[in-house]
Amino acid sequence: MRIAVNRAFGPVVEGEALVSEEGFSPRYDLDRWSGLITKPGHKLEGHSIVDKVCFFPSAKGGIAAGWAFYDIQWKKLAPKAFVFGVTNPVMVQGAIFAGIPITEGWAPHPRDVVKTGDWVRVDPARRTIEVLRRA
Amino acid sequence: MELNAEERAILDGARGAAARDALQYQIEVGTFWGAKRFVPVTNVHMMGDIEVMGDGGLAWLKGRDLAGAKCTVSTTTNARCMDFAHCERMGQDAGEAKKEREIIATLQRMNVITTDTCINYQTVYQPHLGEHVAWGDTGTVIYANSVFGARTNFESGPAALAAGITGRTPEYGFHLDEHRKGTFTVELTAKLGDLADWGAIGKLVGETHQNYYAVPVFHGYHRTPTADELKHLGAALASYGSMGMFHFVGVTPEARSIDEAMAGKSGYEKMVIGDADIERVLAGYNLGDGDARLVVFTGPQQSLFEMKRLAELFAGRKVKAGGTCIVTTNSAVLEQARSLGYAKALEDAGVTILQGVCFYILQNLSPMREKNGWKNMVSNSAKVVNIIGAHKFNTILRRTEACVEIACTGVLK
Repeated sequence: MRIAVNRAFGPVVEGEALVSEEGFSPRYDLDRWSGLITKPGHKLEGHSIVDKVCFFPSAKGGIAAGWAFYDIQWKKLAPKAFVFGVTNPVMVQGAIFAGIPITEGWAPHPRDVVKTGDWVRVDPARRTIEVLRRA
Repeated sequence: MELNAEERAILDGARGAAARDALQYQIEVGTFWGAKRFVPVTNVHMMGDIEVMGDGGLAWLKGRDLAGAKCTVSTTTNARCMDFAHCERMGQDAGEAKKEREIIATLQRMNVITTDTCINYQTVYQPHLGEHVAWGDTGTVIYANSVFGARTNFESGPAALAAGITGRTPEYGFHLDEHRKGTFTVELTAKLGDLADWGAIGKLVGETHQNYYAVPVFHGYHRTPTADELKHLGAALASYGSMGMFHFVGVTPEARSIDEAMAGKSGYEKMVIGDADIERVLAGYNLGDGDARLVVFTGPQQSLFEMKRLAELFAGRKVKAGGTCIVTTNSAVLEQARSLGYAKALEDAGVTILQGVCFYILQNLSPMREKNGWKNMVSNSAKVVNIIGAHKFNTILRRTEACVEIACTGVLK
């Protein structure tokens, strides 16, 4: 099963999917010392983003995210890739700065084709995301 | 992206390795967004401190310094994570303070003016209509685009620094006319008597429209809003909605009418916000066990007018024993607040004034919360109430007078 994306940066990566129904900010939602989503009430509270292909419908606030991605990459807590429905410039500037693949826009919607735990491949050059194995 | 002769020369190394790398990075970002070219910028505002950068960011910055990076346009810094005069008392790490000083010295060598403020638009630089700048944090961006009619995207620390070095930024997003038009309208029938009410609008509108390119058009308000009111509105819209621009009919320069702001569109969503909506926001916070020992006025830093009002409200009163009340502002405002007696009135009341910082980016904030046993954080800033969640505070928005009352009585309602 394939998802087409509108914009993308980075090399081809594979990893376990973490699919969120809620948007994301590495500042508001993430503990940058453990890689866990810690914001009380976040739909993925308690989940780790480390080495995951993270699907988020939207980006939240936050200029500081530009440094935060590099920081978590330095601490070896970065995800494999960020897949956004809608994102903002900071997420993109931050991901490119940290060398983390990032995409924006999707069809079909991931909730219809990919579940947390599935193994997926992100191919930015071809602007596609493929589900390789089911959880 | 199309490059002009100067940009091609930069890529060829004519201005050194640091400028070449900065432009290469900007090309990657511009390409992602489909930018066709660069636009020159006149002013850059960047975020860079040890709390957001971490050791990796500091190491990278030092590398840029060694590579000869120098900003070529006026570049200022956003609020940082430490007021050195209060570090020890606040329980911040001496080792991190040393790194923070290294960052400041490194940025100054790179021709950055370390103003340490998130209210540059009130105190440092006011760009004019159509002026291209490269700013961050988000509150500065939305104010520049909306109130001044200047043009900037959210520029993160590395992206802003790149713009400072190359003197340009990729032309996408709010640099282009097509993204500056309204996408829905919001009629304001509410009275909006306090800054917290303006932040509450940001929550109501932002949470339901989380999209960088959503541009609300406010109209119908019964008087002209002040700069501080627009500051809290913008900061909250950017925080809850990740928004970079709004229009306010009859107030902001690209919105002389609804039609102009909406570019003649029809069939758009029309919101109305009344008093009951604001009251519902304020009533919607979980008060937990009623812990009222932390009240903050921050996010954005306080203007001179906010300092004056707080000084009046705290005059002759005392922060309740065992409680902490923090006010953050920048060095320019604090200097004036001292000469005018506002700072003394606040300090006599037991308020801690921190300079050059914002509460939510304070280094060591989670351990600080644990050490003090703080559970709740009360503020009149909807932005800071929103963004501090990862530090596990339970946050509560209250109006300014109520915040002062809570700080002085220890009673949370």
